[in-house]
Amino acid sequence: MSESEATTAPLLAPDLGFIVDLVKPHSTVLDLGCGSGDLLKELQVRKKVFPQGVEISEECIQDCVSKGLPVYHGNLDEGLADFDDQVLDYVILTNVIQVLHQPDMLIREAARVGRQVILSFPNFAFICGRLQLGLKGRMPRTDRLPYEWYDSPNIHLTTIRDFDELCRSQGFRVMDRIFLRTSGGTCRRVRFMPNLLADQAIYVISRS
Amino acid sequence: MNSVTEKETERAGYGLVEAQSYTFAEPPNEFRLASQETLGPITLVYETYGRMNSDGSNVILVEHALSGDAHVAGRHDPSDPKPGWWDMMVGPGKALDTDKYFVICANCIGGCSGSTGPASINPATGREYGLDFPVITIADMVEAERYLLDHLGIQQVLCVIGGSMGGMKALHWAVSYPDRVRLAVPIATTSRLSAQGIAFNEVGRQAIFADPAWNGGQYYGKENPSSGLAIARMIGHITYLSENTMHRKFGRKRVENGEDANGPDFEVESYLRYQGDKFVRRFDANSYLYITKAMDYFDMTQPSGSLTRELAGVKAKFLVISFSSDWLFPTYQSKEIVKALRQNGAHVTFAEIQTDYGHDAFLLESRQLSSLITNFLTYAVE
Repeated sequence: MSESEATTAPLLAPDLGFIVDLVKPHSTVLDLGCGSGDLLKELQVRKKVFPQGVEISEECIQDCVSKGLPVYHGNLDEGLADFDDQVLDYVILTNVIQVLHQPDMLIREAARVGRQVILSFPNFAFICGRLQLGLKGRMPRTDRLPYEWYDSPNIHLTTIRDFDELCRSQGFRVMDRIFLRTSGGTCRRVRFMPNLLADQAIYVISRS
Repeated sequence: MNSVTEKETERAGYGLVEAQSYTFAEPPNEFRLASQETLGPITLVYETYGRMNSDGSNVILVEHALSGDAHVAGRHDPSDPKPGWWDMMVGPGKALDTDKYFVICANCIGGCSGSTGPASINPATGREYGLDFPVITIADMVEAERYLLDHLGIQQVLCVIGGSMGGMKALHWAVSYPDRVRLAVPIATTSRLSAQGIAFNEVGRQAIFADPAWNGGQYYGKENPSSGLAIARMIGHITYLSENTMHRKFGRKRVENGEDANGPDFEVESYLRYQGDKFVRRFDANSYLYITKAMDYFDMTQPSGSLTRELAGVKAKFLVISFSSDWLFPTYQSKEIVKALRQNGAHVTFAEIQTDYGHDAFLLESRQLSSLITNFLTYAVE
């Protein structure tokens, strides 16, 4: 996919279309924090995967059941604990790690259970945020980080550079990285200075 | 116009329904129980709602709980004060929509609402079985229903669903007959009764034993062990409610006592006595003993000791539901079932419904419960 090519995915959040492309057909997928199950449904329809979700919200569970998706109502960590090592093809964490109390632990657990972990997160080092903090002296608010400081669910925000460092220190193998600049319902890939110019990152990692 | 008519039928509920029965295992072809003892003939009383479609793909088997029976919905007679025990779930436009599905429920063996149980006549003696009735298990209840389905020409059910002991039967069905169950919905249940559950059942049984009228189980035609059975029921009702509900419903409210020195002082006492009195008019004490024992012995982890291994052959898609305030069948017990199913790669959805109503919640009107079941039945089959 060329740098300028924009992808539109009407039903999905901007980065989810890229994640769908990463998944091999007929695989087993566990989506942690699957929300209403949009990604899982897309994967089921387009990639014929065996989908499973974990979600804490009762309302989202109802949505998933209405899509015919198997879903586990509970905390993300207990949703993982049921599984033996390396039994799933993919564990997916889209825009979830920044709201967790111990994201490193959950990522380790995900890599234990899944042969590949696909995760996405907003890049806190994105230029707009830097400018807001650096020049205006205000907490950053961007498309990907739309919250006020006091009502934000994000407690563990990270940057692309910090995430690379985590992968290095924890010994995760980085199999793929996709950096995106999103805007409204579309997004394009960023290859030049991603830690400055991308507001969203997708990583594919595994236990080395 | 159409929607108005639909609404009216919904209000009307299922309408009138008739109990039916099927007798099988006539000697010498008696039914072999899990205990290896034999029993026969066996009668199962059952009710059906809706119509079976031409390919038999719309059958829902409802499993009742400890004190339930085959009378799930509607009324036997227009003058009946109350409809069946799951009327809020079964009927036109309801979660188990009788305009779409053919719903069956049978009174379990060992029961006392028409199916063969300890109050039935033992053909060998010409008298009621009493304690000569053999020990029965959840597996036996399921096996007896299998005879009924064969009789009705039903090879596979769309769904087997039930709460509490009904959930045990639903789970057992999916394990015993993986090819005959497409969807399974065990609600507020467990793969094995906890020590606490057994303990409450035991106190109930001891209350019955302690009633002199029980007379070693031979009380038929004489005075019933009503006070023992009523106490058993009162204990049961305490375990079916959460502390919050009990507090909200009764608090410390007092009742007008009148002349009766032994009458209840508090509303909660009055409620329990009412429940006890109501129960003894419709339930047989010996059935209570046998069915609670069947629940106590239920243990899906056996024989291997591993629930995951025992559920390995399951083919049904599952919807497992628990209630947040249920302390008799707590959420973690549902999660054990879910874990074993997930480890087997089964299609399983687990939902914990936030509610204050405790174990009883599965019998109460609930939008969440209804919509989970409706959507599961509609979309999981695709």
